[in-house]
Amino acid sequence: MTRPDTPRVKPAVTADEIRPELIRLGRRGMLARGLSLGALALLTGCDLSTHSGVDAALWTMLRFNDRVQAALFSRTRLAQTYPISAVTNPFRFNAYYADWQVRETPADWHLDVSGLIADKAPWTIDKMRALPQRAQVTRHICIEGWSQIEQWSGVPLHVFLQRVGADLKGRYVSFKSFDGYSTSVDVPSALHPQTILALNFLGRPLTSEWGAPVRLRIPTKLGFKSAKKYQRNFRHQHLSRRLLGRPGLQLVFRVVMHVCSIQSERQVTTCRRHLSDYRHI
Amino acid sequence: MAMPELAMDSRHATMVRGPCVHDERAARLAHPLPIRVMHWIGAASVICMMLSGWAIYNASPSLPLTFPRWMTLGGWLAGGIAWHISVMWILFADGIAYLLYGFSTGHFRQDIRPPGPRAVIRDLVAALTGRLSHRMGHYNAVQRLLYAGVIVVICLAVATGLSIWKPVQLGWLTDLFGGYQVARFIHLAAMICIALFIIVHLVLVMIFPRTLVAMVAGAPAEPNDGVR
Repeated sequence: MTRPDTPRVKPAVTADEIRPELIRLGRRGMLARGLSLGALALLTGCDLSTHSGVDAALWTMLRFNDRVQAALFSRTRLAQTYPISAVTNPFRFNAYYADWQVRETPADWHLDVSGLIADKAPWTIDKMRALPQRAQVTRHICIEGWSQIEQWSGVPLHVFLQRVGADLKGRYVSFKSFDGYSTSVDVPSALHPQTILALNFLGRPLTSEWGAPVRLRIPTKLGFKSAKKYQRNFRHQHLSRRLLGRPGLQLVFRVVMHVCSIQSERQVTTCRRHLSDYRHI
Repeated sequence: MAMPELAMDSRHATMVRGPCVHDERAARLAHPLPIRVMHWIGAASVICMMLSGWAIYNASPSLPLTFPRWMTLGGWLAGGIAWHISVMWILFADGIAYLLYGFSTGHFRQDIRPPGPRAVIRDLVAALTGRLSHRMGHYNAVQRLLYAGVIVVICLAVATGLSIWKPVQLGWLTDLFGGYQVARFIHLAAMICIALFIIVHLVLVMIFPRTLVAMVAGAPAEPNDGVR
């Protein structure tokens, strides 16, 4: 959803920034403040932040839902693929900023990896292109409900993770983009054969608006796991994911991966992100 | 899911004029307790699903209209989704229970199964001209058609909902509906049908308020003496 009047959104909050708050608040507090804001106002006329019982019930259901989703997920079940002629044209630009605000790749760009990884040497694009590549035409399904057919090619993430000696007993892989976006996926999703670090769009190296120099693409998850961002007015926009170091690609071990703060914009981002952690589709 | 039961229930419908019509009415409730419980759980679930569904719809409207925020549940997209995929399970459980009950007790066969088109047309004409009697505990042809229809449509809404919730993991279901986009459209169309049903249903309850009492507190079925 590209809007010319897209307000400038703060860079996504980093995990470090809000970890103390997260620990303090826990999931329930987060939901109480963030999740069902306008919801029961209709029914109660009250400020939802006081209705922690309703929110706690919702959280219970969401956790149940997460278990169902994790059980439904199959590492070997592939998303449907399409012929190249099915690719949506014109292709929808998605970012949490307008297309004229697209960030260019910094000259000294490189991909850092950290966490439970043996080889922590930084990666350049050329080095990534030297790895085995995979191309796929799949449907990108947005959490908002719309969808489009996309063609991406690049390094399968499982190839990359094996190459860097990632400890796959870790539970999550987190990503940070140099434009401020960050997200995380569970390891089973990261190892799915269709999860790729895309370097090309329609056979050509990614341009800035499609996420240059590299973006994540996970057709078994909703679009914002592949790359997206929300803005203050609760209208989210997709983000062309760019991965850059510090800490770049990170395997996080036994850590609650979702993050949230008490600031409203951050809540939007992080609560959405939480909702998506197991958002297998 | 038990929504269709609001107005009446019957062991012998209007259309079935068997010899035993007068035998069992004395002790029988218009709506047995399980029906009443499942009706209200289903009614609340369907309403929550619609209101939260509108919050989700608003994020990417496929029709040239959006719902005012005060009409939605969840307040924003993620909140709407949280409600939608939470209440989904309640509706799912209630619906399964109702279907099992309906098939196993003969409720569907005796009360809901629509009669032939001729009977529907006759009762529809009678209803529109104000000549159709309404006896609690007995369903006329129009009611049967509407209730059977909304049960099917709610099942369709649940199935299409599952297919757009998990278009990869439940890809076979998505394919059955003609793909993600079509399934999403059917889901929306099902919502509209359910909304129209609810409007008609509520209007009829207002015309026959004693049916509301029967669905809440329980009331004996009325004699089925044919058209009065």
